[in-house]
Amino acid sequence: MLDTLILSRIQFAANISFHILFPTITIALCWILFFFKLRFDLTGNPVWMRAYRFWVKIFALTFALGVVSGLTMSFQFGTNWPGFMEKVGNIAGPLLGYEVLTAFFLEATFLGIMLFGINRVSSRLHTISALIVAVGTTLSAFWILALNSWMQTPTGYEIRDGVVHASDWMAIIFNPSFPYRFVHMLLASGLTAAFFVAGLSAYRILKGDHKQAPRLALKTGLIVAAILAPVQAFVGDLHGLNTFEHQPQKIAAMEGVWDTEEGAPLLLFAIPDEEQRTNHFSVGIPNMASLILTHETDGVIRGLNEFEGDHPPVKPMFFGFRIMVGVGLLMLVTAWWAIFLLRKRGELPTWMLRVLVGMTFSGWVATLAGWYVTEVGRQPWLVTGILKTADAVTPVAPSHVGLSLTLYLVTYVVLMWAYIHTLRVMALKSVNVEEFETSEPVADGSLTNLPREASLNFGHSTQGGVQ
Amino acid sequence: MSGAVTDIANMAGTDWLPVVFIGLMGLAVVVYAILDGYDLGVGILLPMGEADERQRDIMIASIGPFWDANETWLVLAIGLLLIAFPTAHSIVLTNLYIPAAIMLIGLIMRGVAFDFRAKAAVDHKLAWDRTFKLGSLITTLAQGYMLGQYVMGFDNSWSAFYFCVLSALGVTAAYTYIGATWLVMKTENALQQRAVQWSIQAGRAALVGVIAVCVVNPLVNPGVFDRWFTFPLVMFVLLIPTLCFIAFISNDILLRRLPKAGDRHCSLPFYTVVGIFILSFTGLAFSFFPEIVPGQLDIWQAASARESLQFILVGAVIVVPVILLYTAFSYRVFRGKATDLHYY
Ligand code: HDD
Ligand code: HEM
Ligand code: HEM
Repeated sequence: MLDTLILSRIQFAANISFHILFPTITIALCWILFFFKLRFDLTGNPVWMRAYRFWVKIFALTFALGVVSGLTMSFQFGTNWPGFMEKVGNIAGPLLGYEVLTAFFLEATFLGIMLFGINRVSSRLHTISALIVAVGTTLSAFWILALNSWMQTPTGYEIRDGVVHASDWMAIIFNPSFPYRFVHMLLASGLTAAFFVAGLSAYRILKGDHKQAPRLALKTGLIVAAILAPVQAFVGDLHGLNTFEHQPQKIAAMEGVWDTEEGAPLLLFAIPDEEQRTNHFSVGIPNMASLILTHETDGVIRGLNEFEGDHPPVKPMFFGFRIMVGVGLLMLVTAWWAIFLLRKRGELPTWMLRVLVGMTFSGWVATLAGWYVTEVGRQPWLVTGILKTADAVTPVAPSHVGLSLTLYLVTYVVLMWAYIHTLRVMALKSVNVEEFETSEPVADGSLTNLPREASLNFGHSTQGGVQ
Repeated sequence: MSGAVTDIANMAGTDWLPVVFIGLMGLAVVVYAILDGYDLGVGILLPMGEADERQRDIMIASIGPFWDANETWLVLAIGLLLIAFPTAHSIVLTNLYIPAAIMLIGLIMRGVAFDFRAKAAVDHKLAWDRTFKLGSLITTLAQGYMLGQYVMGFDNSWSAFYFCVLSALGVTAAYTYIGATWLVMKTENALQQRAVQWSIQAGRAALVGVIAVCVVNPLVNPGVFDRWFTFPLVMFVLLIPTLCFIAFISNDILLRRLPKAGDRHCSLPFYTVVGIFILSFTGLAFSFFPEIVPGQLDIWQAASARESLQFILVGAVIVVPVILLYTAFSYRVFRGKATDLHYY
């Protein structure tokens, strides 16, 4: 029988994995939308507005999924991990509280204006609303990652009567792994959104859409991706160096290093075997891992055997890391190649469009892989050195957790299907109908001054009466 | 002498931070009940007939720009419970494990249906509208049930169960009431007339619910009985039901005369119900303060560390007024009758 601990872990992993899929898109997509709207305000070119209008609908849908799955997250600490709140509630509470106060209300309120207010506020205020929502999502990432990073590398606290108390809030928020994790996550979001935008636009073009808007969006996505991909590899490397300093057992598991070694190789492939504490079928580049992590070809990497009994499971770490880095490199190559083709011919060949469609959700794969590496790599600790996962779990009966888990899983499968299906429907619909085909909008003013009748007609004629 | 008075008398000598936080939490809960109350109520009222599609569009449009922010008050309430009273947070949520999970599923169904209905293929729209209605109903029932459980001190007996069912129905009636009066304020013509009828019916059901809860609660909770019916507090306590009763009755009379020429007084019913919500909540809070888990923990026992409360209080003092300001701004932007929503 599965016990409450394992069921709660599965449930937490399922909920947060489902949740993070949507924030990774919305955080950066909102900045892209702001960019579209700003370009429209500055240039008056209606194509920007068309791109905006298509993507804002997708944003709204994605955001809604992010909100409802986030709601579940905020209850879970109490329902499934009461030990967590009792032990580190003094730290976790205020950080989560600041997220609600400074980020959630801001996003939620201005989202209403951004989505529905265009006929009621000036165009400039509308653009500012988009900016505020973007700032809100980013702030939200800031606080939640401060908490998560603190759980990885806790500082600025003291323990009194077995409970953690805050002694220095600056040290808690800006704990050693936070800057790296925050930047790495924002870049991950940027890459995820960029490939999402490029992929869906490529799909529209493949389906015979001759309009300008998807081409503009495609180009925007590709440029963003081409810039961010190398930056991400660089930041990821720094992130790894930082982890090497604070959580050496995590790096040892990621690299599959069993014995403490000088001049450890960078393993491209291997099958780690925890029973025999060795790797099978390993293919590696000699001395490379030492060079990357210590910047010396014969630098010392402490092996897993030094941490026996206190290191994370090796296989998921080893493969998770390779999946993330692999997708990252693939993104780099694809984005640069596509830009090269675009510059040379002005239009992407069909095969490249297909590749981009295939990579629409590649950001999800890398993001999930990265999070699994980070979180599994902290086990058996929930808060490094302070609280073990097993000590935090709820006293609720396994059957109850089993029931809630089943409910969530069924809901998630249905929602995921509906989400992807709806994205397809929206993309296909936009191939044939054009936003604003009846009249050309002009920058500033005219948008909000549209006669109400005309704007009602739009809604129906352009969107097939489905709004 | 009732515990509350002595406790309040002692307060000067003890820590005042937990009192501030229970006050903030109370604020978050009332604001949540009012704001998400009306949008859940609108969801429950959604008419499902073939010919009602246009009315459904308008009803949903009337809550479109607000529902997300409304729901955030729930996150804030839960967040404050967690921040200020972590032990209570664990006790409450582990005891309410299953109803909380069901409520979350309801909230998920509702939140996504809202967006999917506008974007799905035409033939799926009705299915999403049903999801919306069902999700609103599940959420509301689960919240009422949890309120009942809380009031009964997480008792698992049959009598407690009946009380919880009663409370679930009562909360559903109350949310429907506030939702219906919201529609009276935000809609016109045929839909408005329908909303007036809904308001009258829901108002009467809610009155029955409130009376039932008021009668049963002091009977089953001896502490509550003592507190309500000892002099001099009884004067204050009787004031609340009296005002509440007057509000219900006057609203009923007014509603039967609506809509008036020039749409006069169309928003009065909504504000009256807001008053009823605040009064009922005050009564409830008065029954238990300063206990945070009835019969088990008071706010001082449950409070988290001083330095944590101070840290978040600084932020709250600065940020909460700003939140209220931009919330007011958003209601100003969307003032007047609801019109079709378009995603731009
Ligand atoms: C890096 C980003 C990130 C991460 C790791 C998380 N979230 Fe999240 N969350 C967001 C980024 C985000 C966001 C971008 O701010 C969302 C997503 C879409 C949205 O509507 O806001 C959001 C929404 C969101 C909401 C709804 C807010 C609202 O009503 O507007 C809640 C309650 C949570 N989250 C709670 C959590 C909890 C308890 C988490 C961890 C255990 C968590 N999130 C991880
Ligand atoms: C957003 C991306 C995230 C993902 C994909 C993710 C994934 C996971 C996974 C897979 C585990 C299980 C590890 C194991 O049991 O072996 C886990 C554990 C945990 N994580 Fe995260 N996590 C994320 C973010 C966060 C954040 C932001 C927090 C807190 C603020 C957090 C708190 C926890 C807690 C409390 C556990 C322990 C429960 C458990 O072991 O299942 N996680 N996470
Ligand atoms: C290409 C080279 C990359 C390198 C060298 C790299 C490096 C790392 C390292 C070392 C970690 C674990 C840090 C820790 O737990 O202490 C990590 C985590 C993570 N990675 Fe990457 N990464 C790369 C690419 C990517 C890409 C392309 C994405 C997504 C689009 C991504 C998303 C993530 C996420 C979401 C996490 C978990 C959160 C965090 O710890 O920041 N990474 N990465």
